[in-house]
Amino acid sequence: MDFISILSIFVLACFVGYYVVWSVTPALHTPLMSVTNAISSVIVVGALIAAAAAGSASSKWLGLLAVALASVNIFGGFAVTARMLAMYKKRERKDA
Amino acid sequence: MHEAAATPAWVLLAYLISGVCFILALRGLSSPTSSRRGNYIGMVGMAIAVGTTLVVHIPTIRITPIATPSITRTDWKILAEILVAIIIGGSIGLVTARKIQMTAMPQLVAAFHSLVGMAAVLVGAAAFLNPEAFGITAQIPAFHPSPTSGCCFTGIARGSRVEMGLGVAIGAITFSGSVIAFLKLNGNMSGKPILLPLRHFINLGTLAAILGLIAYFTQDQSPWVFFTVVGLSFAIGFLLIIPIGGADMPVVISMLNSYSGWAAAAMGFTLHNSAMIITGALVGSSGAILSYIMCRAMNRSFISVIAGGFGAVSIGGDAAAIDRPYKRGSAEDAAFLMKQADQVIIVPGYGMAVSQAQHALKEMADKLKTEGVRVKYAIHPVAGRMPGHMNVLLAEANVPYDEVFELEDINSEFAQTDVAFVIGANDVTNPAAKTDKSSPIYGMPVLDVEKARTVLFVKRSMGGVGYAGVDNELFYRDNTMMLLADAKKMVEEIVKALG
Repeated sequence: MDFISILSIFVLACFVGYYVVWSVTPALHTPLMSVTNAISSVIVVGALIAAAAAGSASSKWLGLLAVALASVNIFGGFAVTARMLAMYKKRERKDA
Repeated sequence: MHEAAATPAWVLLAYLISGVCFILALRGLSSPTSSRRGNYIGMVGMAIAVGTTLVVHIPTIRITPIATPSITRTDWKILAEILVAIIIGGSIGLVTARKIQMTAMPQLVAAFHSLVGMAAVLVGAAAFLNPEAFGITAQIPAFHPSPTSGCCFTGIARGSRVEMGLGVAIGAITFSGSVIAFLKLNGNMSGKPILLPLRHFINLGTLAAILGLIAYFTQDQSPWVFFTVVGLSFAIGFLLIIPIGGADMPVVISMLNSYSGWAAAAMGFTLHNSAMIITGALVGSSGAILSYIMCRAMNRSFISVIAGGFGAVSIGGDAAAIDRPYKRGSAEDAAFLMKQADQVIIVPGYGMAVSQAQHALKEMADKLKTEGVRVKYAIHPVAGRMPGHMNVLLAEANVPYDEVFELEDINSEFAQTDVAFVIGANDVTNPAAKTDKSSPIYGMPVLDVEKARTVLFVKRSMGGVGYAGVDNELFYRDNTMMLLADAKKMVEEIVKALG
């Protein structure tokens, strides 16, 4: 992919992000933060490439460490979001 | 370069799908019912991204070192090491996620941000040390072409250097900034702003140095340039957050959220990876919007929050007014008043989180409901230490989310409300924000609690002022009754008195 196509993806994704995030209900802003946290750990992709590549031992170890850190975030982020979201319940059918 | 060009179409498609999954994950958060499904879609997106990467970059060993084409086999040792790293990290994450108390959510989010930042720095450093693996090398014309070394050498492509430099810089700022935010939120470090002399000068200087070095990095890819950028960025992250006080943390934490996204996006540019770019853009704009919402809710500009120091100097004139007469009530008085009411609106703030009063509060609300009282909750956007903090705590205590209202939706109702029950909130209820032009919080949107027939204000003591360092006019009004005690104890006593 050349720079311009990457830039196009980026710019369009910023717009998508803008409209999607404004539609998030304020009550869910904390889960929003924890889930964005989890997904920004997609940086693990870069860490995996470094860890799997031959050629530089230090680069490999940095990659492995990054894989571990990002994994904390991926598993922790999604799990804590799921835990929070499970708590949001509607009123149980009895109104005064 | 060749590697990047040779990326099979299905791989690009897979990363695109994973990016779309992340969009859907955020989209799901528009309502609590769709949010759970959204979270699962997010997990699927992540699994696709990780799976694809592992398949494409499966570690290999050359069996025949020199022969071309070289014969390779899968390197199980490295694959096993990667899996071990995932398992170690994953279990730490899962255990933390399960054990963490809901009141500690802001700290946890700050800690998670720091990990994203650190991961970005590590990936950047790995790419710097082994650019071939990332397919970001190019033929760079040498400064002094010589017959021995030729006209060119193989180095990191210039454009990639900029992206890499920006990525590690933002990552490092995210890391050290989040560490400070974590320490402040977790109470390991005072929430008070720490003001260095000449701090604006130092900060702007460091920032300029970082940008200058990244520009220079395109001309000279020596390690010292790269690692100085990293070092200075760690320093600036630290310097930026120490002058910011505790109650401005909602802005800080949203801002760091945004940075972690931009760091991922910059890395995505370096690696030409659409999943990372899409995610980075989503997270970056999400954090930016949250920061904006938080700033608007405090009627302060983003620049003034980031400049820090708010709440460091208390307003001298008002502190002297502490001897003014006020009405003090007991738990029994409060119980009596609320039992008689048609409608009670509960206004929670950070104090509720500190004393963990949310469960007791729910019990009180249930008792009141059996007495035929309508109970609602009013949440100010900056109540607590992070966006949506109060909503999560109330959800934890099983308060149905359709009883919880945002400022704009409920503010008009205070006038028809019998009792406003303020627990652990202060500045967000201060009527001075509407009337007193000299007040530091003037213009900030506040909850109109004083319009209720009676205001019950739970507060530890009369001495302390809110975060903004201003006295609250509300305490001395005729229709206000102060309930001076620890929030949780007071609510428990009220529950007892309600019988």
